Amino acid sequence: MIIRQLSVFLENRAGRLTELTGILADNGINISAFSIADTTDFGVLRVITSNPELAEKVLKEQGFAVKITDVIGIIMHNKPGALHHALQILTDNGISIEYMYAFTSAEGQATAVIRTDTPKKAIEVLQLHEMELLKA
Amino acid sequence: MIWNEHHECMERQQLTELQGQRLRDMVERIYFNVPFYRNRLQEMGIEPGDIRSIEDLQKLPFTTKQDLRDNYPFGLFAVPQHDVVRLHASSGTTGKSTVVGYTHNDIMMWAEVVARSLTMAGITRNDIVQVAYGYGLFTGGLGVHYGAEKIGASVIPISGGNTKKQLQLLEDFGSTAIACTPSYAAYLGEALVEEKIDRSKLKLRAGIFGAEPWTEEMRTQIQHLLGLKAYDIYGLSEVIGPGVSMECACQKGMHIFEDHFIPEIIDPETCEVLPYGTLGELVFTTVTKEAMPLMRYRTRDLTRLHFEQCDCGRTLVRMEKCVGRSDDMLIIRGVNLFPSQVESVLLEMSETRPHYLLVVDRENNLDTLEIQVEVEEQFFSDEVKELEGLRKRIQSNLASTLGLHAAVRLVEPGTIERSMGKAQRVVDKRKLK
Repeated sequence: MIIRQLSVFLENRAGRLTELTGILADNGINISAFSIADTTDFGVLRVITSNPELAEKVLKEQGFAVKITDVIGIIMHNKPGALHHALQILTDNGISIEYMYAFTSAEGQATAVIRTDTPKKAIEVLQLHEMELLKA
Repeated sequence: MIWNEHHECMERQQLTELQGQRLRDMVERIYFNVPFYRNRLQEMGIEPGDIRSIEDLQKLPFTTKQDLRDNYPFGLFAVPQHDVVRLHASSGTTGKSTVVGYTHNDIMMWAEVVARSLTMAGITRNDIVQVAYGYGLFTGGLGVHYGAEKIGASVIPISGGNTKKQLQLLEDFGSTAIACTPSYAAYLGEALVEEKIDRSKLKLRAGIFGAEPWTEEMRTQIQHLLGLKAYDIYGLSEVIGPGVSMECACQKGMHIFEDHFIPEIIDPETCEVLPYGTLGELVFTTVTKEAMPLMRYRTRDLTRLHFEQCDCGRTLVRMEKCVGRSDDMLIIRGVNLFPSQVESVLLEMSETRPHYLLVVDRENNLDTLEIQVEVEEQFFSDEVKELEGLRKRIQSNLASTLGLHAAVRLVEPGTIERSMGKAQRVVDKRKLK
């Protein structure tokens, strides 16, 4: 249930992200979700891929600073209150969120990717509340 | 106007005799009082008696900044501590700064050469001199201060920075002269325009600018903005501070006060003494300084010397504006900086490696320094707050060691060029001839 997310340090430089997506494409790696946290000078790309180990290897070979971070993905109905319900469970159990991003899919579903210091505990309490989790 | 006509307009023959006599005394003083110099002279088989005239100067060994660091803090002092009345120091990593000491006579001599310098800019006891050089360990502020007081001018010891106050005092006190770095002078000039202060209300006539390299274009710009005549002053703390040399009204180079500081030009590679007029590294021997005399000190500044008599009547040799350095030292907003200082800060931090690049530029006439540091793979965090924290830690460690604010930019690993030989550590975008 723990998803291995790839985190990549990126300078704010024209074309840098395109270089990265090119490397993933050339190696047949699919991107299912990603987000970028940016500051004035640099950004941190967080990406969920079909093959995190391979993605880490090929990006490192190309000189990127890459790190694998454990995250969890909560699958919800794409309807009002669904995200609130999931977050309430985490809050009630004292689990704080470092960062999160979300995406929707065609089947009326939404997925929230969440980074927390205690992913195992988060999985436990979410399962207890019969929440559906993204599979690795 | 000439402050000390006797020494500034001396016949060259008479001057070299005086230099020879003072050199003899100086070699004797350092031989008997400074173990470092004695050892070095003994190694070369030189005894004080061997140095009789200025021609013998070339027999003596050179002294470098490294020798000053190796003898940190007081190892090169030639007098007991109770005779030292002042200490100044350059910025540097701990234990690596350059310390200079002054006796009471040294302070008097310094005031004398600065008085001569300010007189060259037409400053008299009727002037109000705003000293906007930093006061403190840096020699600029106090150096100009004592010289201006010796002349009898009214001194405003405002020190550097605080631009609004500077402008207010220029206006309210009617300062007739200002001393600061040329980049700060240009900055003040622009602030004047921004604050919509009418230039005709100011009484500024002369500006004494130094401690960093500047161009003729900057001179024109400053003169236009502040409505004064801008003069170039040269100095370095190891030799005395500001007042080693100064431009007269002819502005054809800076007259070196040779009765105190004997200049030579050498080839920085071979250390061979070069003939007059040739570009090379400037070397000084301080023949009158008591606390810390320097024997053939290599300044690393590259310039030429001209001995033809100046139209002002002074016989003192003139040095051109320095065209560069024979080492990698940078001067940023008047502060001396060696890339190796940045390196040692990065090495001291556990999260960084010494892969860095200094980018120097000039924006609105003020030098800017950006230090690019590579993010190390093992310390890369995917949380922005951690990376920002790292960036700020590097920034504050650098600021406290260098005495200079630098913007730190994190860059991807491997993006700073590595080379087998000397790494390219500096990109200087400032347009200086």
